[in-house]
Amino acid sequence: MRKLKHLRHVMSPLDLSVQELDQIMDLAEDMEQNPEKYAHVCDGLKLATLFYEPSTRTRLSFESAMLNMGGQVIGFHSGNTSSATKGESVADTIRVVSCFADICAIRHPKEGAPMVAASKSLIPVINAGDGGHQHPTQTLADLMTIRKLKGRLGNMTVGICGDLKFGRTVHSLISALVRYENIRFVLISPEELRLPDYVKEDVLDANGIKYEEKIRLEDALPDLDILYMTRVQKERFFNEDDYVRMKDFYILNEAKMQMAPKDMYVLHPLPRVNEISVDVDDDPRAAYFRQVYWGMYMRMALMYTLLELGDDPETSGEAKGGKA
Amino acid sequence: MLNVGAIEEGFVLDHIRAGKAMQIYHDLKLDQIDCTVAMIMNARSKKMGHKDILKVECPIDKLDLSIVGFIDPNITVNVVEHGKIIDKKKIGLPKEVRNVIKCRNPRCITSIEQGLDQVFILTDPKRAIYRCKYCEEKYHGHRRD
Repeated sequence: MRKLKHLRHVMSPLDLSVQELDQIMDLAEDMEQNPEKYAHVCDGLKLATLFYEPSTRTRLSFESAMLNMGGQVIGFHSGNTSSATKGESVADTIRVVSCFADICAIRHPKEGAPMVAASKSLIPVINAGDGGHQHPTQTLADLMTIRKLKGRLGNMTVGICGDLKFGRTVHSLISALVRYENIRFVLISPEELRLPDYVKEDVLDANGIKYEEKIRLEDALPDLDILYMTRVQKERFFNEDDYVRMKDFYILNEAKMQMAPKDMYVLHPLPRVNEISVDVDDDPRAAYFRQVYWGMYMRMALMYTLLELGDDPETSGEAKGGKA
Repeated sequence: MLNVGAIEEGFVLDHIRAGKAMQIYHDLKLDQIDCTVAMIMNARSKKMGHKDILKVECPIDKLDLSIVGFIDPNITVNVVEHGKIIDKKKIGLPKEVRNVIKCRNPRCITSIEQGLDQVFILTDPKRAIYRCKYCEEKYHGHRRD
């Protein structure tokens, strides 16, 4: 286990200050431009990926991020292949994993599970998605993509469409964006999938952020700088009928894209199902695959930061022939 | 009228809603500390009609009463020392409530994790809103039961 001056965990984007986010984005850009500088900064270090819930992008992104820095990866891909099936608690699992790994990314269907892990952990814990609650590293990917495309993170109108109730990426993104100047939201969802009150009251209202709620996507499109589409998540519904009724509520296609400004970019945390038609993929404003690309560099930068690699001349890029 | 003797040092919790004294006894975990407790239930009250009263004989630094403000803000706490009331106060909302209410969100980790405390944090004192520490599920106001 790597000795750290300060053991830090990331449960939500608010665990990182705006200044730290800027530093992580700058670092991610440097990592993308100079991969060789960081190719061995994690030599001898291990990431544990504890995924109690299926994942493609997030898990592979974390694992690629660690491999890109010379580290190794251990972990499990579903709760069914871990001791959770025997009834082991999250608290016990992280105590065990702390003996093997240097940093941990945890995804769990229950909200708050990463916080329980963090409270017992001896290594940094990163929330890789907890139920319908938070997904901070997706937010890092979102912020980086917006900054790259728009050149700024403030002074814009962001439309968020789809499942705003259970969409953990939505909750995390809103929490992060309200800290930038002159942000306005248009929240587009059916009544049943409106944003939870803890986000409306404690995040939007508490920060005096302007927002409006709409049901029709077409009504919002002409005014947006960013459109953040989300999937209606089958796994969050207790009632199949409710899911079937909601799943195709929004479908963004090229015809609707004609109504949007020429510099409005479309983001999506993926996976998508039907909510973005494949004919939008070739539109230069479709940015969702670029999000995946930047997500990996942001996870590299985040792990590099939490492992305090920049503070250590033995492992910093400077000592390896670069300036990290 | 039933008479219960005065205490030398401790607390008298007055204006408890009739029938709730036993619950407060458990919430304050009085069964787990070495103290003498007198419980007066269904006493006549001009203000409330009927009320309960708890008398707790213990060193006044031994009992954390902050939870009383969450349970019922109308309860009056009389602090007794050397047989005299030295302070009479209403207790405000505590910043944290532990193992008094349960999170009702079925998606919350507290629904499956063994041995995990149920913790609620006061996020909006003006509107008396608490949120689950883990999933942020809202609990509004004082305990409703």
